[in-house]
Amino acid sequence: MSGYVKRGFVVILGAVLLGVAAVASLAIGSKAIPVHEVFDVLLHPSASEASVIVWDMRLPRTLAGIEVGLALAIAGAMMQTLTRNPIAEPRILGISAGASTGVVVAIAMFGISTLAGWIWFGLLGAALAGLLVFGIAARSRDGAHPVNLALAGAAVDAGLGSLIYGLLSIDAATFDQFRFWVVGSLAGRTPQMALQVAPFIAVGLVLAVFVARGLDALALGDDMARGLGQSVARVRIIGGTAAVLLTGAAVALAGPIAFVGLAVPHAARALVGTGHRWVLPVSALFGVVMVLSADILGRVLFPPGEVPAGVITALVGAPVLLWTVLRSGK
Amino acid sequence: MKLDVTELVAGYDGRKVLNGLSVAIPPGKLTVIIGPNASGKSTLLRTMARLLKPRGGAVLLDGQPLHELPPRLVAQRLGVLPQAPLVPEGISVLDLVSRGRQPYQRWWRQWSADDETVVRQALSDADVADLADRPIEELSGGQRQRVWIAMALAQQTETLLLDEPTTFLDLAHQVDVLALMRRLQRGGRTIVAVLHDLNQAARFADHIIAMRDGEVVATGAPSNVVTADLVRQVFGLECVVVPCPVSGAPLVVPTGKE
Repeated sequence: MSGYVKRGFVVILGAVLLGVAAVASLAIGSKAIPVHEVFDVLLHPSASEASVIVWDMRLPRTLAGIEVGLALAIAGAMMQTLTRNPIAEPRILGISAGASTGVVVAIAMFGISTLAGWIWFGLLGAALAGLLVFGIAARSRDGAHPVNLALAGAAVDAGLGSLIYGLLSIDAATFDQFRFWVVGSLAGRTPQMALQVAPFIAVGLVLAVFVARGLDALALGDDMARGLGQSVARVRIIGGTAAVLLTGAAVALAGPIAFVGLAVPHAARALVGTGHRWVLPVSALFGVVMVLSADILGRVLFPPGEVPAGVITALVGAPVLLWTVLRSGK
Repeated sequence: MKLDVTELVAGYDGRKVLNGLSVAIPPGKLTVIIGPNASGKSTLLRTMARLLKPRGGAVLLDGQPLHELPPRLVAQRLGVLPQAPLVPEGISVLDLVSRGRQPYQRWWRQWSADDETVVRQALSDADVADLADRPIEELSGGQRQRVWIAMALAQQTETLLLDEPTTFLDLAHQVDVLALMRRLQRGGRTIVAVLHDLNQAARFADHIIAMRDGEVVATGAPSNVVTADLVRQVFGLECVVVPCPVSGAPLVVPTGKE
C-alpha cells in the first residue's frame, strides 16, 4: 500500500535527520571538531582536548537533547488527543509550569541540589498542575471544553510563573542554581543527569506505546471508543500518566522548553496521518531533531555567548501556535 | 444472536429515564425504535450499546449480562454508531474504516491481510470504496454517514446499533442510509436503529418498538403497530393511516390544526 511506503519514508527521513543532528551536536560549538575526529574520539577516547569536549560536554548534552525532544513531542501528541485540543502541549496546559514549580520548591524550600531529587518534585508538580487545570476546566459550564482547558492552562502557567519568580527573588542562592535552567537549556548537563531521567522517560514511552491504539479510538469520541471495546477511563489514566512522566522528566532535566510538543505532532500528522502508532514515533524523531537543532543554533548564533534552546524553540513555536489557532477557528 | 432487555433501569445523573423496561430484539430483523423526544429511545439504545451503564436490571447478550462481558469481546459482536462521532482532522476514509478492526487487534497483533480484506469488503458493502483515499472533511453528510457505517461493518459484528443515523441528512441521503440498513439486514445482520420519521420507520422496519415516557407502548410489525390509535397515544397527534402507494406499508398523514 502506498500509504505504508510514504510513512516508511518519513520514518527513515526522521531517523537520518536525527543522526545528522546528533553528529552535528557533537561537532559544532565554540570549538568546532571535524566529523571524522568526532567519530575517532567516540571510538577511541583519549585525553586529547577534542575527546574531553566530546565525551564530557557535548555527548551528555546531546543525550539530554534526545531525551527531552522525544519526551516533549510525544507528551504533546498525547495531550492533544486526550484533551481533543489542537493547541494542547506541556507548556500551554500549565504542566511544564507545574514541573518547574516543583523543582523550584525543591531547591528553595528543601535545599535539594541534585537532579535525582528534583525529578520527584518535578513529577509531583506536573501531576498536580495537570489535575488542577482539568479540575478548573471541568467545573465550567460546558465541561472540559478545549477553550476552557487552554484558558485554565494559561492561568495556571501565569500563576505558577509568578510563584516561581517570587521564590527566586527572596533567595539569591536558589536564583543562581535556577537561572541557567529556567528558560530551558541543554548546556551543562552531566552524563549522570541524562541517565537519571532515562528510567522515567522509558516508562513513559512504554505506557505511550501501550495506549496508542486506545488514543486512536478516543479521537473518535468517547462513545465510539467504547463501541470499539476500549475503556475510556483507562486510556485517559494511562495516557495522562505517560504525559506527566515524560513532561516531568524532561522539565527536570532541561527546564521548560516550549512548543516542541505543539509544532512537532502537527507536522507529524501532516506527514503520516492521524494514527498514533505512526504519529508517536514520528513525533519522537522530529522532536529530537527540533531540540538538537535549536540547541546547535543557539551555540552558533552569537558566539561566544549561547542562546538557550528554549528561546529558539519558542521563536519557531509561537508562529506555529498562531497558525494552529487561526486554522482551528475556521 | 439474541439481545434481551430485562427490568432495565437507566438514566443520566439524578434522572431515571427508564424504570424497569423489558423488551426483546428479534434476531436477523431490522428493528426501529420510535417515540417522541425524551421518550427514552436513545437511552435504551445507548444502554444496549454499552455506552451507558444500567442502574438496575440487565441487557442480556445470548443470556449473559452485557455489562459484565469483556468490552473487547462485546465489540466483536455488537457494533455501534453513536449520534455525533468525532472526525480526527485530515483522516482519510480508509484510515477511519480501518479503526473498526480495533477489537481484533492487540499491541502484539498488528495489521494483517485478513484485516485488509475485511476493510475492503466493508468499504464496498457501504458503497464508499471509491472514496477510500479522500479526507472525511471533503465528504457530504450522507457520504460521511455511510463511511461511519462502513467502519462499524469492519467490526464484523452480527448486530449493529445506530442512534438516529438519518437525523442530519437531507431526504435523498436519508433514504440511502435506510436502504443500506435494509441491505445489511438482508445480508444476515440484526439491525437496531432509533429513527424520528414514523413513515420511514413503517416503510423500512421489520419490527417496531414504540416508546413514550420511558416505557414500551407497543411492539410488532409496522402493519400491526402503526395505527391512528397508537400515533395518538404515543405522539399525541391526530392522523389518518393509509397504505403507502409504493410499498403498501402504513403511511401516517397528520390531520388536525392547519
